[in-house]
Amino acid sequence: MITVNHYLVLSAILFSIGTFGVLTRRNAIVIFMCIELMLNAVNLTFIALSNHLGNLDGQIFVFFVMTVAAAEAAVGLALMIAFFRNRESIDVEDFNLLKW
Amino acid sequence: METLFFYLVALVAVVSGILVVKAKNPVNSAISLVMTFVCLATFYVMLNAPFMAAIQIMVYAGAIIVLIIFVIMLLNLGTDVQIRTSHSIVGGVVASALVLFQVLYLLGRGQVAGMQGNIDAAVVESVGHTELIGTALFTEFLLPFEITSILLLVAIIGAVVLTKRTV
Repeated sequence: MITVNHYLVLSAILFSIGTFGVLTRRNAIVIFMCIELMLNAVNLTFIALSNHLGNLDGQIFVFFVMTVAAAEAAVGLALMIAFFRNRESIDVEDFNLLKW
Repeated sequence: METLFFYLVALVAVVSGILVVKAKNPVNSAISLVMTFVCLATFYVMLNAPFMAAIQIMVYAGAIIVLIIFVIMLLNLGTDVQIRTSHSIVGGVVASALVLFQVLYLLGRGQVAGMQGNIDAAVVESVGHTELIGTALFTEFLLPFEITSILLLVAIIGAVVLTKRTV
């Protein structure tokens, strides 16, 4: 019998995998993909709880999270392209203009 | 049977997630991420949210991943992997383990509340999930919907401005 706790535990595991990826990888695009993984883990939490509580509010919120993630993908990748034009690299170790 | 199916799809989702983090080639990471998105869409169908499953495939696997692969191909990135220093890997493991254990501890302590609303599987099947979401989105959540449309406009303008050579 699959209860809501199974989905919540799976979402926690995916979120922590995404956290590990954000903190460990050096390629900016892979970091962005791990952020999308974290967002999807949260989406799974919302929909699992929406199903458990019999309410549609969680699914509407997931709708808006997906929209914001799409907008963020467009702007973030444009930012990476602009940075790559300047520096010829998207290694986050090279994003050091603000370092003193 | 449902238990076995859930564990199988969950295993594929977790393994794909780990491959996203561990793959050397960014294109391999993107392919594994698509696999994770498809597994999550399967879960949405199991949770009586078929419209969200279709939207997940269309928006995430269909648009965001394609955009990411465009950018990877455009920048012509190589596969030379630079290992981060050991203390940053240890820091990453500690942080993600903290997040995981904190969430598991809270899940073990508390009790998720019982059924409170009136939208269950029978209502979703009879009325149709698309109609339910549409009704909620255009009556109760109209203001966030309009604000989201302005956000998308801002994102389009921002993406065009950021990639111009001479602003």
